[in-house]
Amino acid sequence: MVEADFSVALDAADRAREADSPHSPVVRFGMDSPLRLDAGIDLAPFQIAYQTYGTLNAERSNAVLVCHALTGDQHVANLHPVTQKAGWWETMVGPGRPIDTQRYFVICPNVVGGCMGATGPASTNPATGMPWGLDFPVITIRDMVRAQAMLLDHLGIASLFSIAGGSMGGMQVLQWCASYPRRVFSALPIATSTRHSAQNIAFHEVGRQAVMADPEWRQGRYFAEGSNPRRGLAVARMGAHITYLSDAALHRKFGRRFQDRDNPTFSFDADFQVESYLRHQGISFVERFDANSYLYLTRAMDYFDLAADCGGVLAQAFKDTPTRFCVISFTSDWLFPTSDSRAIVHALNAGGARVSFAEIVTDKGHDAFLLEEPELFAIVRGFLEGAAKARGLSPARA
Amino acid sequence: MTMLTRLKQDLTMADAARTHGGARVDLVVVAEMVAPGAKVLDVGCGDGELLRLLAETRGVDGRGIELSREGVNECVAKGLAVIQGDADTDLSDYPDDAFDYVILSQTLQATRHPRVVLEHMLRIGRHAVVSFPNFGHWGIRLQLLLGGHMPRTDNLPYAWWDSPNIHFCTIKDFRQLCHVVGAKMEKAVAFNPWGRALRLNAPWWFWNLLGEQAVFLLSRRE
Repeated sequence: MVEADFSVALDAADRAREADSPHSPVVRFGMDSPLRLDAGIDLAPFQIAYQTYGTLNAERSNAVLVCHALTGDQHVANLHPVTQKAGWWETMVGPGRPIDTQRYFVICPNVVGGCMGATGPASTNPATGMPWGLDFPVITIRDMVRAQAMLLDHLGIASLFSIAGGSMGGMQVLQWCASYPRRVFSALPIATSTRHSAQNIAFHEVGRQAVMADPEWRQGRYFAEGSNPRRGLAVARMGAHITYLSDAALHRKFGRRFQDRDNPTFSFDADFQVESYLRHQGISFVERFDANSYLYLTRAMDYFDLAADCGGVLAQAFKDTPTRFCVISFTSDWLFPTSDSRAIVHALNAGGARVSFAEIVTDKGHDAFLLEEPELFAIVRGFLEGAAKARGLSPARA
Repeated sequence: MTMLTRLKQDLTMADAARTHGGARVDLVVVAEMVAPGAKVLDVGCGDGELLRLLAETRGVDGRGIELSREGVNECVAKGLAVIQGDADTDLSDYPDDAFDYVILSQTLQATRHPRVVLEHMLRIGRHAVVSFPNFGHWGIRLQLLLGGHMPRTDNLPYAWWDSPNIHFCTIKDFRQLCHVVGAKMEKAVAFNPWGRALRLNAPWWFWNLLGEQAVFLLSRRE
C-alpha cells in the first residue's frame, strides 16, 4: 500500500447525529435570543452542548469554565462517546486532580462552530433541513465566548471562580477576561497568545487547502452528496500535529526507527514509525471531526487579535482587571512560544493585574499542556488553591 | 510587645508551619517597614519567603519577580503571584505608581545597574525598601586588610569567581546613591551579625563599621 488508508468506521450520518443530538446536555436558544456574531449576523436558533463535573455550591461561587482547543470538545473528563477514549484533560480535571471536581463545579461547552453538539457547519440549517456547510457564518473567538456567556446566564452562573484552557482554549480565556472581567475571578491561559501569528495562520491555511483540495469535499456539501473529504482532513491533521510536537519529542519517540520491518521497502509505504504515527493521527481524527468545522475553527483562531479590539494597545484589554491570572508556557512550544505568553504578562502588568507567570521546561512542544507534566499540575493546583482561599471557597470534600 | 518582637514571633510560627529553619531577621525588618494592607512588589523574591511573611503578618497584596525558573514555579505553586523576570530589564514594563512599596531584598548587589533599578523602584512604587549586606562591616574590612582575599561570610558564602554578587556597596555608598537618585531616606536600620538592631542614634560611621546588614525605607523626593 502506497497511499494511506483513511477509511473510517463511522459514517457521515453518525457524525451528523452527534452535531444535532449529541451525547451531552444541550441548551437551545430560540429565535428570541440570537447569538450576535462579529460577522454582523444574528445566529438563531442555535444550541450549545456541554458537560459538567462536580456540584455547584449553594453560593454558586465554585464554577470553573474549561475551554477546549481547536480539535477538542466538551468531553474533558469522561469517556468520549464517539472514540470511546478517555477525556482529553483527565489528568487535569477530576476528583483530586488540580481542577478538583470534589471542590469545583466544572463546565465545558462545545464551541460554536464545533461539531459535537454546538451549532456549527455540520448542524442542520433549519432553513433548508440540510447541514449548514459553507452557508454557516464565519465565527470568531469572541462569538464563542459570547455564546458561552449566554450558556452561563442560562445555568444561573453570574461569576466564574476560574476559567482555564490551552491553545485556542487559552484564547477564549483571554477573550473572557477582556469581555467580561467582572465575571471572572481567576484565569489560567495556557500555551496561548493574544493573537495568532503569521506562521500559525500559514499553517492553518495549508490545512484548509488540504481539505478543500480533496475532491470529496464538494465545496463543503459533502454531507448532501454522500461523500467525505477524509483524505484532505487527515492530511490537514497530520501537518498540524507536527506543529504540536517538537523536534526533540519526535526524535525521542520515533527517531529514524522503521515500522514493523528491518529494512526500507524502497517504496512510499510508511517505512518509518513517525510516518505510521502521523497516518494513525490522521485516521483517528477523521473519525470524530467534521472537515468544515475544521475550516471554521482554524479561521476563528486566525482572526483572533485581542489588541486590535483595543486600538492596538493590548494593556487596554486588561485595564484595571480584577481577575487573578496565571499564565503558563512551555519551553519547547514553538507554535505558541514563551514570548507570546510574555506579551500577555507584560500587558497584564501594565494594566495593574495580579499575574503569575511560569514557564515549564519540557521537550513535548505545544501538546505539553495536554500531557503528564507534574510541574504544570503543581502550578495549576497551587494557583487555584490560592484563589480559592481569596474567594473564601471551602476545602474539598473528603 | 514591640512590633519587631511580634513580627519575629509571627515569623517563627510561620517557619514552624512550613518546617523551615531559622528566622530571617532582615526579612522581619523589611516587613516591619511595610504598612499593613499595602500593595507590594518584591523584586528578586526567591522562593517567596518574604511575600509569604508579608501576606501572613501584614495582609499585603503582594506580587513578585524572580529570575530563576525554579523559584518562580515554586512560588506560583504556593499560590503567590510571581512572574519570571529580571530586575535589570523588566521593571520598565510596570507603570508609574503601580505599587505602594517596591522591595529589593538582598538583591541590589546582584543587579547589573543598581542605579537604574533603584530609579525604577521609586517610579513604580511610592516607597522603596532596600536591604543589602554592608560591605563596610569591620569583619569584611579585616578579611581584605589582613587576609588579603575577597571576603566570605555566612551571608556571602561565594568564591569571587562564582558569585552572583557583582555590585557590593557599603552603607555609606548606598546613602550616596540615594542622594544621586534623589531619594528621601525615611527610615534606616542596621543590625549586627546576631540580628540585633544597632542603636538608633548612632552616627553613620558607626553603622557602617558595625552593621552587617542594612535596610532602608526610601521615598521619592517630590
